[in-house]
Amino acid sequence: MKLFIAAVRRDLQAQLRRPAELLNPLIFFIIVISLFPLGIGPSREALSLVAPGLLWVAALLATLMSMDLIFRSDFDDGSLEQMLVSAMPLPVILLAKITAHWLLVGLPLVLVTPLLALLLYVDARGMVAMTLSILLVSPTLSLIGSVGAALTVGLPRGGLLVAILVLPIYVPVLILATAMVATGLAGGDYTGHIYWLMAILFLSLGLAPVASAAGIRISLED
Amino acid sequence: MLLVNSVKQFVTRRLPDALHRLGSPRLFFETSGRWLPWLLALSVGLLLLGAIWALLFAPADYQQGHSVRIMYIHVPAAILAQSGYLMMAVAATVFLVWRIKLADIAMQSAAALGISITFLALVTGAIWGKPTWGTWWVWDARLTSTLVLFFLYIGMIALRAAMAHRAGVGRACAVLALVGLVNLPIIKYSVDWWYTLHQPASFSLSRAPTMPLEMWLPLLVMVLAYYLFFFTAWIMRIRQLILVREKDTDWVRQWLASL
Repeated sequence: MKLFIAAVRRDLQAQLRRPAELLNPLIFFIIVISLFPLGIGPSREALSLVAPGLLWVAALLATLMSMDLIFRSDFDDGSLEQMLVSAMPLPVILLAKITAHWLLVGLPLVLVTPLLALLLYVDARGMVAMTLSILLVSPTLSLIGSVGAALTVGLPRGGLLVAILVLPIYVPVLILATAMVATGLAGGDYTGHIYWLMAILFLSLGLAPVASAAGIRISLED
Repeated sequence: MLLVNSVKQFVTRRLPDALHRLGSPRLFFETSGRWLPWLLALSVGLLLLGAIWALLFAPADYQQGHSVRIMYIHVPAAILAQSGYLMMAVAATVFLVWRIKLADIAMQSAAALGISITFLALVTGAIWGKPTWGTWWVWDARLTSTLVLFFLYIGMIALRAAMAHRAGVGRACAVLALVGLVNLPIIKYSVDWWYTLHQPASFSLSRAPTMPLEMWLPLLVMVLAYYLFFFTAWIMRIRQLILVREKDTDWVRQWLASL
């Protein structure tokens, strides 16, 4: 556990050296959301109707854009190879990297969500549900995305490929999360959705680091 | 105890032995070459039989009229779209565990065939949807999960294309196939739960048929014919890829010279 925290801390420090790259997904999220009112029109009803879907799809895309960051620099400078031969099991190291990535990319998305929901005329109830759903699901997004990133890290330009590999797998969480927000907007009880999203989170917590480790091993062999 | 030992021996010794023997590309090529004419004749024959029966002799539906005949093309394709992914994932597992080159080739071929059959299912579904539902496309549960399945196949093919000249390409695709396999039921259930308009599955071997026997029998023939055709096409594609991959070996040169 101590080693795990040390690994997380190391990753946070390494990533924080390049703050501009970390801000990009967040800025992307904000800009995309502000473009929608320009495209759809400023009508309050129309915007609040489509807001959950818009926020969710934009959050998915922002997470995907950041996926390239998660292993890229460690791959380029060879640290990933060191991690492969270290005594700590590779899935645990990768879980530390995913945690650091979520703290730096996922969490800011969660924090900015209420503000963006406000821009799309979502009421207070919907805002709570929206923020809660992003808080619950963004770790899952990072976990699943890490598998795609691990498989493509050896390729010179893997960015768009990761999207093709990972987006279909995001479908269930997208459906559940938007359903949760819709229920919240209607004033219903969404505890059931929370349980489901937690179940998927724990499932991916167990499986994704192992699959990522397999992907990293394959990418490093070439 | 005896049973446990013999099971253990089967899993650790016999099964890998058999797989490795059959997994030799050359042996597979030669053996399958002998089966292929029979398989081809049988599957084309069965397809013709099923198609003629279904399109000319099966009764028209009292509500849908003759457009119900699209079912005989569409339903087997939709069934096979999913089992194609399963077969690909089985090949992926065999490749990951025993590193048999042939399994990698089988996985690659299954992806190509699977995506074609999924496309067929989507297109025939749209054509059938127009007269029955009055629209080419609805965001209904089963249509949507088939579409997602199509995207999963695209991912497999895109990853293989992107990594084409790397040593790890087979294993990377195998990992992706297994990740997709874990997700397939989750996608299916979440989409089902999301919205459903589609009729419940009307073709099943384990339940009493919900359609008259005159329609169920030709459908059964068509499903069998599709499976057989899939296997035949699979073997043909595997043979072709074996030739491409082993083109510098002596036995391929000899085989080519003997043509």
